Amino acid sequence: MFKFTEEQLMIRDMVREFTANEVEPRDRAMDENGFDWDLIPKLVDAGLMAIHLPEQYGGGGGDTITSEIVINEIAKGSASIALFLDAHWLAADMILYHGTDEQKAKYLPQVAEGKIFAFGLTESNAGSDAGAIKSVAEKQADGSYILNGGKAWITNSGIADYYLIMAKTDPEAGNKGITVFIVPKEAEGLTIGKFEKKMGMRGTGTCELSFDNIHIPAENRVGPEGRGFMIAMQALDGARVSIGAIASGLMQHAMEKAVKYAKERTTFGKPIYKYQAVGFKFADMAAKIRATDLMIWDTCQMKDEGKRISVEAAELKLLASRWACEVTDDCIQIHGGNGYSREFDVERFYRDAKLLEIGEGTSEILRMVISGAVIGR
Amino acid sequence: MAKEDYKGIWVFAEQQNGKLNPTVFEILAKALELKAHTGENVTAVLLGSGVKDLAPALFAYGADSVILADDPNLAQYSARPYQQALTQLSEKYKPSILLYGATSLGRDLAPRVMVSLKTGLTADAIDLGFDQDEVFYQTTPAYGGSILAHIVILEARPQMATVRPMMFEPIQPREGADGELIIETVSVDADADYEVLATAPKQDTGDSIEGAQVIVAGGRGIKEEADLEPLKELAALLDGKLAASRPLVDNGWLAHEKQIGQSGATIKPRYIFNVAISGSVQYQVGMQNAGCVISINHTKGAPIFDISHYGAVADYKTVIPALVEEIKRRKA
Amino acid sequence: MKILVFVKQVPDTDDVKLDPKTGNIMREGVSSKLNPLDANAVEAAIQLKERYGATVCAVSMGPPQAEDVLKKALALGCDEAYLLSDRAFGGADTLATSYTLAMAAKKIGDYDLLLFGRHAVDGDTAQTGPATAAQLGIPQITLASSIDVQDGYVICDRVLEDCTQKVRAKLPALVTVTGEINTPRYAKPINIMKALKKPRFVWNAADLEADTAQTGIPGSPSSTKEVLEPPKRNANTKYFSGSAEEIASQMADMLHDEHLI
Repeated sequence: MFKFTEEQLMIRDMVREFTANEVEPRDRAMDENGFDWDLIPKLVDAGLMAIHLPEQYGGGGGDTITSEIVINEIAKGSASIALFLDAHWLAADMILYHGTDEQKAKYLPQVAEGKIFAFGLTESNAGSDAGAIKSVAEKQADGSYILNGGKAWITNSGIADYYLIMAKTDPEAGNKGITVFIVPKEAEGLTIGKFEKKMGMRGTGTCELSFDNIHIPAENRVGPEGRGFMIAMQALDGARVSIGAIASGLMQHAMEKAVKYAKERTTFGKPIYKYQAVGFKFADMAAKIRATDLMIWDTCQMKDEGKRISVEAAELKLLASRWACEVTDDCIQIHGGNGYSREFDVERFYRDAKLLEIGEGTSEILRMVISGAVIGR
Repeated sequence: MAKEDYKGIWVFAEQQNGKLNPTVFEILAKALELKAHTGENVTAVLLGSGVKDLAPALFAYGADSVILADDPNLAQYSARPYQQALTQLSEKYKPSILLYGATSLGRDLAPRVMVSLKTGLTADAIDLGFDQDEVFYQTTPAYGGSILAHIVILEARPQMATVRPMMFEPIQPREGADGELIIETVSVDADADYEVLATAPKQDTGDSIEGAQVIVAGGRGIKEEADLEPLKELAALLDGKLAASRPLVDNGWLAHEKQIGQSGATIKPRYIFNVAISGSVQYQVGMQNAGCVISINHTKGAPIFDISHYGAVADYKTVIPALVEEIKRRKA
Repeated sequence: MKILVFVKQVPDTDDVKLDPKTGNIMREGVSSKLNPLDANAVEAAIQLKERYGATVCAVSMGPPQAEDVLKKALALGCDEAYLLSDRAFGGADTLATSYTLAMAAKKIGDYDLLLFGRHAVDGDTAQTGPATAAQLGIPQITLASSIDVQDGYVICDRVLEDCTQKVRAKLPALVTVTGEINTPRYAKPINIMKALKKPRFVWNAADLEADTAQTGIPGSPSSTKEVLEPPKRNANTKYFSGSAEEIASQMADMLHDEHLI
């Protein structure tokens, strides 16, 4: 049976305390005002910006379980901040697993020191169908590239220092023609649009990016030409586990608020938690959270054992994101009219939850991954 | 020596710069109650240099006798010389009870005397008395005031306690009261290893909540800093001060000196408005002696109503601005 | 420089309840934590270590579970941990506790600075620090809101009722710190992982060569005779009701009757 180590439990307690003091109190305001920059130095000081990177790069040397403990605990205070870290790590992982030694030495310490990284695959006309991206990086005689095109729905855009951009180096080759590049925010020709008016996860930055003849030196290419799709999909497997961990944390956060409300609110002379209609909702929530947790830690363990987790991560995200929508929906119902008001927190959780069924692979794409494995190709 | 041989109720007459701490008078009043029970005399113990003039005030507020140890090495408070002096006097006279104010000075000194006399010391007592077994007990809050403990010191003597300020009302000074002034010589060493390098009066920002007659206090139910504005306005209209329970201080909206309760200030205003404060025991400890308690909370069962003279189960966000308008209208 | 920082495990709650049947404190389901002000003391020690170099030893007296707060102290940057654990230490008042802590300080030896949190949130006596200083015969600075070490002296600001002081005491000395002195850091995960590899010692009364007549219950002149919940007062509350304006009007009437307006 799966068990956390003593160190992991201590780290969980530490992140729990950090979340209660630093993260949870900011979540409501970030929903109104966007990302809170004051969090960055706090995350850096607490050693949480790069917990999964090796110590030689200033990271925390944590395994997958430890990393997802961090995401899960932070999501109990703010799904937005957990998503911010997920995207930051997703981009950093591409350099960690596929970068050259020079790239690792240059960029990975910055991941820990508070520079923000973003992962740029999706375009306005190419989300799930990643092979259809239109951004093009044309190779020059000196080995450098000229990047044109644009991206949409990139988490951490507008706040990131570095973008890991996927672009076609061979437009005819479909998935096999995609290559990864590091684009710094100062790059000439990079235009960052206005923040999107999103439904939820409003504490993370999301903008449109457009590329106009951006010159990219050869040393900013990550991995070989044409391997970008594979690199991105591998990184996304890890990110889908993080979405599961966010879902679990968000469900827990919502349930705690609803339990508190149900104990305080009385109707017809008794607190509403005493009604079976309310109590049974909590029963369903608790069961969903526990099932999600078991899938998270099992999938993490597989990853730490070096196993491929594409199917398991897809299964985890598929169920966890749906349940997060159901649980936050139930929490609003328990709050009645108050739940529909921005004075209370649960409507925000409901809006945050919906993103989990869309980002890092929609539920439909996940079903394709899973059914493919079931039926066999 | 048997504990029965220890007699007398002593009050440490804390003074600094020739001024007695007001808590001394409060404790003397309580000592008189104890005297009424045991018949033992009340003695104030005065340490310092050139402080003889303070003795009449101690007599006026209830001391039967004053023991004065006047020594240049006691001119400025320092823990170790004061520890030496008090230990010597206590060993000589063997009082049964020795009380200190739970002031920063009293709480600095008393534990050291406890060690040299190898006796018990109760911290921050909010009440003292004799129980049904005729045992002297001290009531002290524990766990932040969630519970009260009766502490007893059964065998060791003197039975010592630091006593929280503002708990007892001093007696009306007895005019022309006199008593026995005992001049004692103590042998104390100057403490070369401890030195006060500088003292500065506390910056008086003019809004200290201690001593204010009217307090408007906000609590956990206030979710936005901006929602404090009507409370400020109400306080200003009533010539009072804004204060808070701990959550609002913890999240940085008000300075720590504005905090009422166990870990903040103990206050005794004539009127206190508790706005969106549920009334934890920790909070109540800090304001339970207020003259008139008025509370506004949207939860009917909030414990604050148990100690309130006036209450309104309502949303402070509408009531306070309405009250501000109403007062303005009547003042106009 | 060798710094000893004394830490205590306290219940993680500020709402302790009594068992209505036994009158004892209900500890069931209440987890434990590092006493908050002791976290400030640890932070002060670590900052001094970072500034001047020091060996920081965390010391706690308590049952075997108290090791948890020592592990946390190690994760925050302390170098060694000492748990003083013995049935003979149980039920100690501040006199017996200070005796036991002083015996441990003597056994660790060569100390320059002893740090305490101003008080523990459970007992709230603020006595153990000064009493330990008295046991060791060293000077103390209580209520420190800043701390520095220079030329063999510890220098602190103290915030008192009506004034602030800057004081210095010759080392070795003992300092109790307030919450204003610093903001405790979070233990970085990487330091948590390293903490469990640092040296930890468990000492009993025999290890300390302590006189068990001076420890625990036998060494405690004071004892708790009774614990009770604060009396519920009923002030016969007069309630105002109605709309916000109606409540405001009734309140204004009352304030008028009280000559406040």
